[in-house]
Amino acid sequence: MAQLTFREAIARGIAQEMRRDESVVFLGEDVGAAGGVFKGTVGLFEEFGPLRVRDTPISGLRPIAEIMFADFFAVCWDIVANEIAKSRYMTNGQLTFPLVIRSGNGGGLRFGAQHSQSVENWAMMIPGLKVVVPSNATDVIGLMAASVRDNDPVIFLEAKALYASKMDVPDGEIVDTLGSAKVLREGTDATVVALGAMVPKALAAAEELSNAGIECTVVDVRSLVPLDMTTILREVSATGRLFTVEENPRLCGWGGELSSIVSEEAFYDLDGPIVRITTPHIPLPAADALEDLAIPSVERIVTTIAKSMNS
Amino acid sequence: MTSTQAAPELSYLEHKVAMYRSQVALRRFEQRAYDLFLENYVKGTSHLSIGQEAIAAGVAAAMRPTDWTFATYRGHAHTLARGVPMTPVFAELMGRSNGLMAGKGGSMHLTSVEHGVMGSYAIIGAHLPIACGAAWSAQYRGTDQVAVCFFGDGSVNIGAFHEALNFAAIWKLPVIFFCENNLWMEYTRTSEVTAVANPAADRASAYGLESIIVDGNDADAVYEVASLAIARARAGEGPSMIEAKTYRHGGHSRADPGKYRPDDELAEWLLKDPIPLYRSRLLEMGVDEDELLVLEADVDAEVDTATNEAKAGAAPGEELLFQDVWADGSGSWRN
Repeated sequence: MAQLTFREAIARGIAQEMRRDESVVFLGEDVGAAGGVFKGTVGLFEEFGPLRVRDTPISGLRPIAEIMFADFFAVCWDIVANEIAKSRYMTNGQLTFPLVIRSGNGGGLRFGAQHSQSVENWAMMIPGLKVVVPSNATDVIGLMAASVRDNDPVIFLEAKALYASKMDVPDGEIVDTLGSAKVLREGTDATVVALGAMVPKALAAAEELSNAGIECTVVDVRSLVPLDMTTILREVSATGRLFTVEENPRLCGWGGELSSIVSEEAFYDLDGPIVRITTPHIPLPAADALEDLAIPSVERIVTTIAKSMNS
Repeated sequence: MTSTQAAPELSYLEHKVAMYRSQVALRRFEQRAYDLFLENYVKGTSHLSIGQEAIAAGVAAAMRPTDWTFATYRGHAHTLARGVPMTPVFAELMGRSNGLMAGKGGSMHLTSVEHGVMGSYAIIGAHLPIACGAAWSAQYRGTDQVAVCFFGDGSVNIGAFHEALNFAAIWKLPVIFFCENNLWMEYTRTSEVTAVANPAADRASAYGLESIIVDGNDADAVYEVASLAIARARAGEGPSMIEAKTYRHGGHSRADPGKYRPDDELAEWLLKDPIPLYRSRLLEMGVDEDELLVLEADVDAEVDTATNEAKAGAAPGEELLFQDVWADGSGSWRN
């Protein structure tokens, strides 16, 4: 067991897979000797050398590519959405893309509208892409391993706001499963489903709500595609209420799809409306005072849930 | 068609006759594809290479079976030239289950990995970086495979073109960028919207590459220039860019009659039709005309047989709808 930051977990997760499999290579801007702008990949260049860790395309290999900021997916969206996502289907299975594209996602760092977006909803709406979003260091390693070993293209979104977060991480190889949501807290009154940087906030909110007599189940979605609806439907049915906590802007956010599925498949288990707690449908402002108002806060989660539960 | 693969054991003349057969086959295939469109057998769009066959035939003859072709949406000729049989290509155009991709890709996405045809790409310029990826894979794995990436004169003004050229140059990738300059970008004359006279060749120097222009209607010239570039790439000497001047006899896509082009321009290029020119050359070199007549009849029979086989294919079944979204064969995104 070792204390590891989210940031350090990225390098450990990638190194674990690069040691295991020579076909795993790592590509990106400033990822070589510089170790990445977020220092998430320090040491990889020294251990694996310039051929396998390259400052910024691939067949027969299992590349891990870095897009520095998730906002920059817009710059290469044709390759991601039109080519990588569709070529297997279009060629009737002739081509396979065992590729991980990892990227710093989301706000909280006061970087403004072009370096703070949460783009999980962009990725989720393209058939052919898997979308993985870890919320803690252990999951970074385990889900990175699962993503590298998966034979499909995986968009791996790392919440920038979590890079400095720490936790005890087990020693040895960690390999997780894609498409498995995790119940982090059990409660009887409401089910709160969160993703990425919203998970620790949802947990903190659940503690506060508990003090007010509202007991929440908290589910970490972890992967939007594949989506573990079995776990989510079970937990929603058990409490009768669903709250989603989403960092993506409101329109077409992942919680909208969850709400739709729950409405269709668990409507009669619901005791009240489904409520989505999201970033509003605005470009993100840079000023700390404004950004804090935009992205769901612990306080907003608490008051929204309390108000809805008490009405 | 397999006779067009690089085959050093062929004699000088046999090699040329094989390139002639390849060009005739590509022409007759495309003519039949057009007929099938008019008869409503080909439902979606299609982009024919009539007039540009010398490029596909000449380059393919210079490639090894293990090399990779990256084509554009005007990709029937490049696919067939690598040895892919006609039947699955016709069937793909018709949306049949015996199609090259069981009808799931269509005319613009012809792919046959077993023949080294790594895809036909319908987003302009998108495949140039992808060809770099394949070339890098060969470099990383230490094989001597090369990637040949065909593109049109319109691609040179899109960002991906420049990104790919830069990558290829700095990493000395074994890739050949092959511009088929047919003078027209869809309905717009290339020179009206392009800053330089030779869209690809004039940009080569920006990436430290030699400016190479070839007569795209002369299969021998294409073969020679492609052979040199491929040899360089195989030897680890890096990428090349080649601009071939050519002309499409028809419109941009299926129903386009191409009326925006001046009549005299079309007439001038019809005189430079690569196939009769190559035929005359073979006769001058002493090839017996009867041999060519037999060859041409043989191609016609191949086209007829393939047409009938493709037409006999069933429509793809419902089970294909969700198949192969994911590598495990499934199409499921939730449990």
